[in-house]
Amino acid sequence: MMGQTLYQKIYSSHVVGKVNPSTDLLYVDRHLIHEVTSPQAFSGLTLANRSVRRPDLTFATMDHNVSTQRRSMDAAGETSRKQLQALAANCAENRIELLDLTHPDQGIVHVIGPEQGLTQPGMIIVCGDSHTSTHGAFGALAFGIGTSEVEHVLATQTLPQQQAKTLKVEINGEISAHVTPKDVILAVIGQLGTAGGNGYVAEFSGNVISAMSMEGRMTLCNMSIEMGAKAGLIAPDHTTFEYIKGKAHAPKAAQWDAAMQYWQSLYSDADAPFDHTVTIDASAITPQITWGTNPEQVMAVDQCVPAPASFTDATKRDAAEQALAYMGLTAGQRLTDCKVDVVFIGSCTNSRIEDLRAAASMVRGKKVAAGVRALVVPGSGIVKRQAEAEGLATVFKDAGFEWREPGCSMCLGMNDDRVEAGQRCASTSNRNFEGRQGRGARTHLVSPAMAAAAAIAGKFVNIAAVNTTPGAQP
Amino acid sequence: MSKIFAQGLVCPLDKNNVDTDQIIPKQFLTSVGRDGFAQAMFFDWRYLADGSPNLEFVINQPQYQDASILLTRANFGCGSSREHAPWAIKQSGFNVIIAQSFADIFFNNSVNNAMLLITLSKTNIDLLFNRCQQGPQQWQIDLASQEIMFGNNAALGFSIDPDIKQRLLSGLDFIGSSEQLDTDIAHYEQRRKANYPWLG
Repeated sequence: MMGQTLYQKIYSSHVVGKVNPSTDLLYVDRHLIHEVTSPQAFSGLTLANRSVRRPDLTFATMDHNVSTQRRSMDAAGETSRKQLQALAANCAENRIELLDLTHPDQGIVHVIGPEQGLTQPGMIIVCGDSHTSTHGAFGALAFGIGTSEVEHVLATQTLPQQQAKTLKVEINGEISAHVTPKDVILAVIGQLGTAGGNGYVAEFSGNVISAMSMEGRMTLCNMSIEMGAKAGLIAPDHTTFEYIKGKAHAPKAAQWDAAMQYWQSLYSDADAPFDHTVTIDASAITPQITWGTNPEQVMAVDQCVPAPASFTDATKRDAAEQALAYMGLTAGQRLTDCKVDVVFIGSCTNSRIEDLRAAASMVRGKKVAAGVRALVVPGSGIVKRQAEAEGLATVFKDAGFEWREPGCSMCLGMNDDRVEAGQRCASTSNRNFEGRQGRGARTHLVSPAMAAAAAIAGKFVNIAAVNTTPGAQP
Repeated sequence: MSKIFAQGLVCPLDKNNVDTDQIIPKQFLTSVGRDGFAQAMFFDWRYLADGSPNLEFVINQPQYQDASILLTRANFGCGSSREHAPWAIKQSGFNVIIAQSFADIFFNNSVNNAMLLITLSKTNIDLLFNRCQQGPQQWQIDLASQEIMFGNNAALGFSIDPDIKQRLLSGLDFIGSSEQLDTDIAHYEQRRKANYPWLG
């Protein structure tokens, strides 16, 4: 018998039955919810006289539109307050665990799931948020869903699915100093394109992945949606198990041993056929920066902004032309000559402790350049406390960064953390779409170290070319 | 049930990679309701910074008012999973979108709102855009026979997943049809508890 991919193993172990000839009903192990995409699902349940089937497998947080200035539902504005209150009421009524604004561990849903030990290998995890792909870093099949599907999962703890195609992304080679998991995934998206993963579940493997921390793997899987993949996956290993051990919701004692036995079977068999395989040479990757309005419009920071005419594909040529107009850039320009107005370090992509350490290493003893507004928004209460204990918060504050409360913040600007029209932002988030961070805002996606360096220099910097020590301890 | 799933005026949105942040910007996502999103559709493209309509944007042009079929390019609906995007499009009167490709989550969200999403090759999409350049188009979509009918006996076939076709034709409740497997769900939960007790 031919071997199975990790995806196929997880998929087949969750099949409840068939809804239609080619559609399976899959069981969901963890359902994460937040304030923005769940209220209509709960009202739908009420309308149809349905109840939440497994409140014990459902977990909620407040993150998308919370204020990062103070911990109060009132601080987010009237409509946001109502949405936060609706989540609190829905969770109370249905006995769903909620990490609300008064909870010390509250944070971004894709940061707290792993931190709380809710995310475990072999699970199916869904959430009404496209960056649910983050949890694939643990060898869980995790993907974003819409509100109708949230309602479906609340009612049945299942979801109808069809088997996706499988894509193997093998990343090998020696990573250079200053090249982070963010640079790796941006380079992958640059190569495969923003729709290159459509219809696929992408499994990342190779020596670069084996050596990567869980934080790095989460950054990688987080952005697999930005190449259109249904999910990103990484087979669990020693690094994964060490991360999970001892977390609040992690299995304990005999259950830990049973879980470990199962988790160790979760890998793609050597002879498992993938529908498509790509190999990436990591040694060729240098610090990346997006120049356009979708994540595939990316380049090495020491390159020049491409000329639209350099694209042979007419579609890409038009897209480049539109992107340059929106971004206020001209072909041939160097972004290292380009002034930044705002620096945002945060989001479900890059707001974990390692990200903050990397950023702080660029900042220590320096000052944010005049005229630059710089924010650090930790991903959760746990990250925030850890960063404060390590002295990173002081490093940022002394340099002139704003040190905020956890939330999604300026990644999507649902709260009042927005980039003004025409402003250029070095952002560690995941989407450089038009208007994403604010109407007319110009977003450049970069790694935390690149963002921090830009804050200090007041313009983009090729951190690989300057003499700095990455990841230096305080 | 009529064999015509939809008929009406076609609005050509000649863009690739239209993301859901464009379809409905963030400031409209704080609602707790499912209604009232029509005015928010393509807000930043539709209205200038001073709030006046952008007449260069196709959706605002007089000949495309009351359109019910949206024609667009590749990777439509990429990005955020917000179902507010198909809600806004449907509430604006569209129940069919024709494109070269769609992002996965957007596709599912649209089907869950009883919208028909038709995927065609780039060549055929080019052909449809060319038709639109000849003047306003009124098309009929026959889901049973899987055809876009242009009038004068001209038509173009399309393929569709048979399960999705069945769902759209029967109009079956999304949750209700899964609930028919309630016994299987209960059995699965028993096996899950026995084999993977740490999962809860």
